[in-house]
Amino acid sequence: MEFLQPSTWEEALAAKAAFPDAVPIQGGTDVMVEMNFDRRRPDVLLDLGRVRELADWASDAGSLRVGAGVTYARVIAELGAMLPGLALAARTVGSPQIRNRGTVGGNLGAASPAGDSHPPLLAAGAVYEVASAARGARRIPAHEFYLGPKRNALEPDELIAAIYLAPAAGGQQFAKVGTRNAMVIAACSFAVAVDRSARTIGTGIGSAGPTPLQAPDAERYLAGVITDEGLWESGRLPDEAVLERFGALVADAARPIDDVRATASYRRHALTVMGRRTATWALRDGR
Amino acid sequence: MRLKCTVNGEAQEVDGVWEGESLLYVLRERMALPGSKNACEQGECGSCSVYLNGNLVCSCLVAAGQAEGADITTVEGLAREDGLHPIQRAFVEAGAVQCGFCTPGFVVATHDLLRRNADPSEMEIREALAGNLCRCTGYTKIVDAVRLAAERLELERRQA
Ligand SMILES: Cc1cc2nc3c(=O)[nH]c(=O)nc-3n(C[C@H](O)[C@H](O)[C@H](O)COP(=O)(O)OP(=O)(O)OC[C@H]3O[C@@H](n4cnc5c(N)ncnc54)[C@H](O)[C@@H]3O)c2cc1C
Ligand code: FES
Ligand code: FES
Repeated sequence: MEFLQPSTWEEALAAKAAFPDAVPIQGGTDVMVEMNFDRRRPDVLLDLGRVRELADWASDAGSLRVGAGVTYARVIAELGAMLPGLALAARTVGSPQIRNRGTVGGNLGAASPAGDSHPPLLAAGAVYEVASAARGARRIPAHEFYLGPKRNALEPDELIAAIYLAPAAGGQQFAKVGTRNAMVIAACSFAVAVDRSARTIGTGIGSAGPTPLQAPDAERYLAGVITDEGLWESGRLPDEAVLERFGALVADAARPIDDVRATASYRRHALTVMGRRTATWALRDGR
Repeated sequence: MRLKCTVNGEAQEVDGVWEGESLLYVLRERMALPGSKNACEQGECGSCSVYLNGNLVCSCLVAAGQAEGADITTVEGLAREDGLHPIQRAFVEAGAVQCGFCTPGFVVATHDLLRRNADPSEMEIREALAGNLCRCTGYTKIVDAVRLAAERLELERRQA
């Protein structure tokens, strides 16, 4: 096996161009499990852990750029106020040991439908920057990034550089259902983001379809009611029936299956409940 | 590859390392430091917990190549010249050790908790140790041990 350890982004992209089959590794919390169990024996391992450009986040002209190598622990400690939805999701990932190593970029690379970063990033309308040596950088909206179970829109010579998103302009919430509080892969999950300046509602559904999903009908319905009833101005909560309808529309947008973690019908039910609850909390939070 | 890193304050250099093997394997099989335990090799049990450049991590999920040049502290590095670390003593005294397999991981994770939070609540203790599994004691005595360790360390600080 070859082990490549670039120290700059340029070198990393050159390495990926020279070895398109190289497996990138950041925190290793997905890659090492596969290697330890002999499920994966890459010819080339590309360690991105020394690439400074990936390890930092910055705020620029009202937008945040979060490097693909920023760990969950840092999202929680440093970005909790600006990105509450992503930080709430990060708190539910694995354990302290996993959060100290695991990165948001690694979650995107793995593209598991159960990955906890995806719902809050979808809800917040995040855009991912990927790059190759040959064609430079390009930006992919979160909702176009996930192509199938564990498949994303990366070309073989590309790497994930960063995530762009705006600091929260309203309440953001995340909820996850599983068998225990810690160390659990979601049976299903849901994120909602209220944007009081754009007057929109964003959603993200996890682990209830072949990819992470959005619930566009639910988004339009809730934002529509809030606008029609003047609730952006008054700050009052919509009626319970409206929030329940929102939850039902969230469940309608899911495409769940029965598997070891839950049945499809349980997932739909859980999404109905999580949709209603998280929307209630998020609308209350940011008034 | 030849792997160079610092473990428990000592410079280490080992040859013949496969870059894709885990840091846990390197510590146990190549550096004769068997304190970190191998139970799951998938990040679930925490018995391989070590500090990597000051961060608590599962050494089974760190590729050997990623540890090049790193500063590592294992459970072997916590004991003091005059004997066990107060956290280790607290685990023994509180009855938080039965078969002992999980204990090194719990000790390192507790060390990480108490250096950040000298007086954690029960919720905070349980949260901080959520990545460590024990199949023997149940967690009540482990939580007791953490509390006892916190008290001892506080006493030490006051006496210093
Ligand atoms: C015990 C345990 C518990 C876990 N719990 C959770 C959980 O609760 N929720 C959850 O979502 N996940 C969980 N995971 C999975 C994992 O921790 C996450 O997916 C994490 O975000 C992966 O990040 P990493 O940096 O460790 O990725 P790595 O393992 O380094 O990489 C993951 C994938 O992304 C690719 N990749 C990495 N960086 C890049 C890049 N810059 N460009 C392109 N491709 C890249 C890799 O090739 C690989 O395919 C858990 C894992 C373990 C072992
Ligand atoms: S052996 Fe590393 S977490 Fe279990
Ligand atoms: S004492 Fe046996 S596993 Fe914890």
